[in-house]
Amino acid sequence: MSKNVAIVGIGFTSYRPLTPEVSYKELVFEAAVKAYEDAGLDPRRDVDSFVSVAEDFMEGTSIFDEYTPDQLGGMLKPNVTIPGDGIHGLATAYMQIASGIVDVVTVEAHSKASNVLTLPYITAYAMDPVLNRPLRANPLFIAGMEMNRYLWATAASREHCAMVVAKNKRNALYNPAAAFGAKIEPEDVLCSEMIAYPLTQCDISAHVDGAVVLVLASADVAEDLTDEPIWIRGIGWCTDAPSLETRGWGRAIYAEGAGKMAYRIAGIRSPMDEIDFAEIDDTYSYKELQHLEALGFCQFGEAGLLTAEGVTDVSGDLPVNVSGGSLGCGLLPDAAGLRAVAEVVLQLRGEAGTRQLPDVETGLAFGWRGVPSTSGAAVVLSN
Amino acid sequence: MGMRKVAVVGAGMTKFVRRALETPKELSYEASKMALDSCELTLDDVECVVHGTAPDAFDGVHMKGEYLADGSGGWRKPYTRCYVGGGTGVFAPIHGWYHVASGLFDICLVVCEEKMSSCQPHPQGAFLTIFDHTLERPLGPNLLWIFAMEMNRYMTVHGLNKRDIALVSVKNKRNAADHPCSLLGDANITVDDVLNSEVLAWPVQRLDVSPVTDGAVALVLAAEHVARRICDKPVWIEGVGWNLDTTYWTNRDLYYPRYVENAARMAYDMAGITEPRKQINIAEPYDPFNYKELHHLEGLMLFDRGKAPEATALGITQRNGDLPVCPSGGLLGVGNPIAAAGLMKVAELFWQLRGEAGARQVPGQPKRGVAQAWGDLMQVGTVIVLGV
Amino acid sequence: MTVKIKEFPGTGLRESDFTEKRVLYTEWNPNAQYAWDAGVAIGRYLAELKQGRLIGVHCNHCHRTVLPPRVFCEWCFRPMDGWVVLPDTGTVNTFSLSYVTWDMQDLKEPIIPAVIDIDDTHPRVGIMHLLGGVDPKAVEIGMKVQAVWKPAEERTGSILDIQYFKPV
Repeated sequence: MSKNVAIVGIGFTSYRPLTPEVSYKELVFEAAVKAYEDAGLDPRRDVDSFVSVAEDFMEGTSIFDEYTPDQLGGMLKPNVTIPGDGIHGLATAYMQIASGIVDVVTVEAHSKASNVLTLPYITAYAMDPVLNRPLRANPLFIAGMEMNRYLWATAASREHCAMVVAKNKRNALYNPAAAFGAKIEPEDVLCSEMIAYPLTQCDISAHVDGAVVLVLASADVAEDLTDEPIWIRGIGWCTDAPSLETRGWGRAIYAEGAGKMAYRIAGIRSPMDEIDFAEIDDTYSYKELQHLEALGFCQFGEAGLLTAEGVTDVSGDLPVNVSGGSLGCGLLPDAAGLRAVAEVVLQLRGEAGTRQLPDVETGLAFGWRGVPSTSGAAVVLSN
Repeated sequence: MGMRKVAVVGAGMTKFVRRALETPKELSYEASKMALDSCELTLDDVECVVHGTAPDAFDGVHMKGEYLADGSGGWRKPYTRCYVGGGTGVFAPIHGWYHVASGLFDICLVVCEEKMSSCQPHPQGAFLTIFDHTLERPLGPNLLWIFAMEMNRYMTVHGLNKRDIALVSVKNKRNAADHPCSLLGDANITVDDVLNSEVLAWPVQRLDVSPVTDGAVALVLAAEHVARRICDKPVWIEGVGWNLDTTYWTNRDLYYPRYVENAARMAYDMAGITEPRKQINIAEPYDPFNYKELHHLEGLMLFDRGKAPEATALGITQRNGDLPVCPSGGLLGVGNPIAAAGLMKVAELFWQLRGEAGARQVPGQPKRGVAQAWGDLMQVGTVIVLGV
Repeated sequence: MTVKIKEFPGTGLRESDFTEKRVLYTEWNPNAQYAWDAGVAIGRYLAELKQGRLIGVHCNHCHRTVLPPRVFCEWCFRPMDGWVVLPDTGTVNTFSLSYVTWDMQDLKEPIIPAVIDIDDTHPRVGIMHLLGGVDPKAVEIGMKVQAVWKPAEERTGSILDIQYFKPV
């Protein structure tokens, strides 16, 4: 089970706040062409199935799956859209191959967040229509409330969260695709405008546009195509209670569930020892800390201290978000997980340029769907 | 092929009504609970959950899959939603199938739900947004337009008359009179009733179309070793197929659904079916409109192109005919809660193949059935073959 | 199993349950506004519409000329090779006579949506638009039609720069 599906091709555009010169189809086409070139495949001939990741209200079109096949080379072939994080899409492709019905599957996720003029209202539209939406609060309050509870329940401080921001934005300076690379200090984060206490403007990833396309293949095909297949050793996903009133507020239970499942399949007992680096959702600064704990890299409450000690720096024992994360690259709603996977693949192949980590064998990518959801998905990859 | 065998071991559904009191979560729960009860499993036994639901615009919730997770049993479990428009109802069990066939899980709960009635002033209005935002929406299209244009093309290319097509409405609505959950079952409807009904978008008339509906359906899927243990007569998923045609629907000839044929070939291939007309005992093609049943029967290669109406007129597709089609009563009779409608057809096959369909039972102990759903801009075909 | 179940869940409501307040409900008007980037292909299409012209693209590999324009050929999965100015005439591939609006309001006079195969394109390549200036009873598949444009000063770079297609 752990060695039968590999990633054989990746392609992505740069991540920019605005992309007025191209439509979403053209953005995805660019990433797809790169992915197929990387994999050495012709999608019309060699790809059996296509998985897109999208939500109607982010696209402004109902039944958005109507608009996905052509730019991937998927017309008149099996296609499905998964409203989830990019890694949910990856899981779908994985299962399709593992079932034996197909051998090669393309996964796509993209963002044209810049085209959504009323984005906070759309996010609010995901809240319970009877119990929560009538409060008419900007849904960022959910992240603020969770951050507040998290800081209260753990040894983490706002300073630790600010360190995450500074680390990731600095890492992004070495990522040519990233939008928000910057050299800032934690103090700069603490002084930025308060948005939903204790969440400040700098604690929040800003939206960007972009597209990511991956190609997966079964073991036989992968080994024919490339000398460097990146193996999916383990994959897991989990959803906690959607209700604000009944969910847990300190721990990211969905991340615990996703991690446990992925580690079980990968045969990993001690993530800190067996995983070399990780790309973990940091939509909000505190999320990186909360997710680190939930994914078993340290005990609940310790991630802030870990960060302060430099363990998650580029030069530390467990580099986290070397790509810059969403804080540094920009946030691609529902595509951030796939962006994270692409980075893990680059690192494992030794293709990460000036931000290449030395001697890495196993990496983890983890995505979360953002407020108000409690869904996350994790994948463990090895070279 | 060396694939892991997967069976449907339980099923449940709500009544299909024009406007439900129950919330989307409650509808999902009722169907899921019934499905679990039917095979004496509890939520603890369920290892993963798959949900299928079509436009978020109906229920009025963005990221609708997240909102429905708890109602569908997806609490602290691996849960995903799949979406291919109207094709979702038959895709959801396919999505569930590879959850189990992949070896990752042994028991999967598949739930499909739709609450169209929340959308005001008329759910039909939500369909405006499925059309291209720049090149088509400004024309103010009603979903009926694209069906009417396809129906016109289909009838003109094959020289068909409405009388033969109207027979499908009659057959299905009469069949639905025996379905306990049906919205528009009518034991007495006639061809003249259909031909005299109000013209909505010529050639489409009111009784050619299935209604806006609320409802939910759920299935329990299990790997072979579990199915044999917990179920007296598991219904095996023998073939699955799915196919999506190009977005550019005006660059295609609508008279034939080639995407349904491609999906059917994929499913028949897996099931080892070489002569579908002989080897399939029951068909539940998607019938949101009466002509669609015919269109899809041809795409499923059960009848030659243009020949399905003739077969219908000869009575071949009646419940006691040579190839019963839509013994459930289909969307025309039971109702059309978009995603749940397709799953209703799969549930029907489950009950038919186990001899549990009561007054709707197809005689002769059917062994194998095919269910098919359609969706999008005349684009998606999803096909599943079940057998005992 | 349907044989074994006595009672199926689900409660149907009527219009009167709402008007007579027997049922509680909440209402919401979503604030969903978008500004979709037209991009390279559709950007040019709209610009040409403003000039009173239809434009398509051509693939040298499968030899199709198609519209609406796209930067890639979906059949061959390669970039399109060039732009092709097209005539504004075509043939009715299929049509309907719609007596309802997009939100199900009744119409006395039908709207006539159609798929119009545009001349000089690959066979059966068309666009959806409306027919006008014609008796609904006279519309036929195979009819030759021509675009009726808005006057130049009223065109904005939209599919509505064409008012409708009428018989030639």
